[in-house]
Amino acid sequence: MIRFIHVSKEYARGGLALDDVSFHIAKGEFAFLTGPSGAGKSTILKLVYMEELPTEGDVRVAGVHSGSVRRAEIAQLRRKLGVVFQDFRLLEERTAEQNIAFALEVTDAPRASIGTKVSRLLTQVGLSSKANALPRELSGGEQQRVAIARALVNDPFVLIADEPTGNLDDRATRGVFQLLRDINAAGTAVLMATHNLDLVRRSDYRVIEMNRGQIVYDSAEAAADAVDGRSTPA
Amino acid sequence: MRLTLRETLLAFRRAPLLSALSVMTIAFSLFSLGLFVLVAVNIRDALQQVEERVEIRAYIADGTPVEALAAALGDIGAFPEVARADGISQEEALERARSELGEFRDVFDAAFLPASIEVRLKPGFRDPETVGAVAARIRTYPFVDDVRFGEEWVRKLYNIRNLATAAGVILGVAFAAVAIIIIGATIRMAVLARGREISIMRLVGATDGFIRRPFLLEGLAKGILGGILALALTYFAHSLISRTLVATRFFDERIIIAGIAFGALIGLLGSAVSVGRHLRRV
Repeated sequence: MIRFIHVSKEYARGGLALDDVSFHIAKGEFAFLTGPSGAGKSTILKLVYMEELPTEGDVRVAGVHSGSVRRAEIAQLRRKLGVVFQDFRLLEERTAEQNIAFALEVTDAPRASIGTKVSRLLTQVGLSSKANALPRELSGGEQQRVAIARALVNDPFVLIADEPTGNLDDRATRGVFQLLRDINAAGTAVLMATHNLDLVRRSDYRVIEMNRGQIVYDSAEAAADAVDGRSTPA
Repeated sequence: MRLTLRETLLAFRRAPLLSALSVMTIAFSLFSLGLFVLVAVNIRDALQQVEERVEIRAYIADGTPVEALAAALGDIGAFPEVARADGISQEEALERARSELGEFRDVFDAAFLPASIEVRLKPGFRDPETVGAVAARIRTYPFVDDVRFGEEWVRKLYNIRNLATAAGVILGVAFAAVAIIIIGATIRMAVLARGREISIMRLVGATDGFIRRPFLLEGLAKGILGGILALALTYFAHSLISRTLVATRFFDERIIIAGIAFGALIGLLGSAVSVGRHLRRV
């Protein structure tokens, strides 16, 4: 579903951000991307939704190959995945409801279906009473819920979350994380970059740890190694 | 289309000041161009009026038979360069001289002025070479005593006209270029102000065409509004000049339509280029 094959990414001014990274995220999986700032977490996410293309190697997302992708295909791909950010990226002049509806409108979804879908999503993220609020009238946690609802409008196969709880207090963090778990439980894969090790420790999801552009630990591989008996005894 | 229209209106409503500013910038850029075109059109009119006075006069020898004169008039009138050829008899020449020189009218009492053929040329054939060539052909008639066409004056007029045309074209292009650059920069500003919105649209899977459409419509609307406003300003300036300085002619419909279409085109192209550049970057 998402596959990185010997991927390197070098920015013209920022140097090497990813260095020969390979991994695979399966359908319906929940995986954390962890590591210090500048480790390459955000670059991986950008490569998944193809805001960036690799300098070397191949990124494959839902049958789209980074080596041969055209601009129009990228737009189509993004309709199949949802993305949320630390800074929410909501349109400030539009209400919660309009922000969510907007993501459907840009895909030329039939008008009749938009209203029903938006109110269902608002209910799902627990914001049905705030449909007409502008982002500035909502708390951080609520804004992130709107962003998540927007990311879900097209029933994505994967939700990509770049530090989604980075701007939230503990309570809001727990709420948003629970929402992501629920979404995952319903079948959507989640790839979440985070600094919050508490969240990582409290769950038993897969952890991919990055440092200086390389994967230094992948719990899935460690588990496979353990099964194969290749793990080094402690 | 409905969505494009809604997004365009929203853009105007959300940033009314910026929108008004771009419309005003477009209007004033086109206004300066409009003023220049107004001056150019009026100078061209004035020159054309003077040019219409370019004429060739062939003086006829005394005693020329009327039939020969009539045949020559027919011939000359059929020259491709000639708009009209009129025969002026001695009596008519006298009458004209009397009316033109009122207070000396009593001086002219005899038929001492020669008969003549007065030839006016079609537009486009009033340059010194053509005038000279037609005059030379008329001179070949045996009964023509002399041919005059104010050679020096025709040459000067022609030079002035050429100078005015060259200056008009160069200044016109410069004014248009300045208008295009200013309007382009204004629209670019409007696009940059909505950079965040564009990146969000791309993020949720909007195609480039979808993102582009409201901007194109917005640019088009701003261009048309700016064009209309520029036209109103130019009309106001024209009325003021006509009332206080010199009577001028305003644009005809063709120039009015061309002016507004020019505004619309710059608005549209400016938006297309700005959004295109922006989309390539994000």
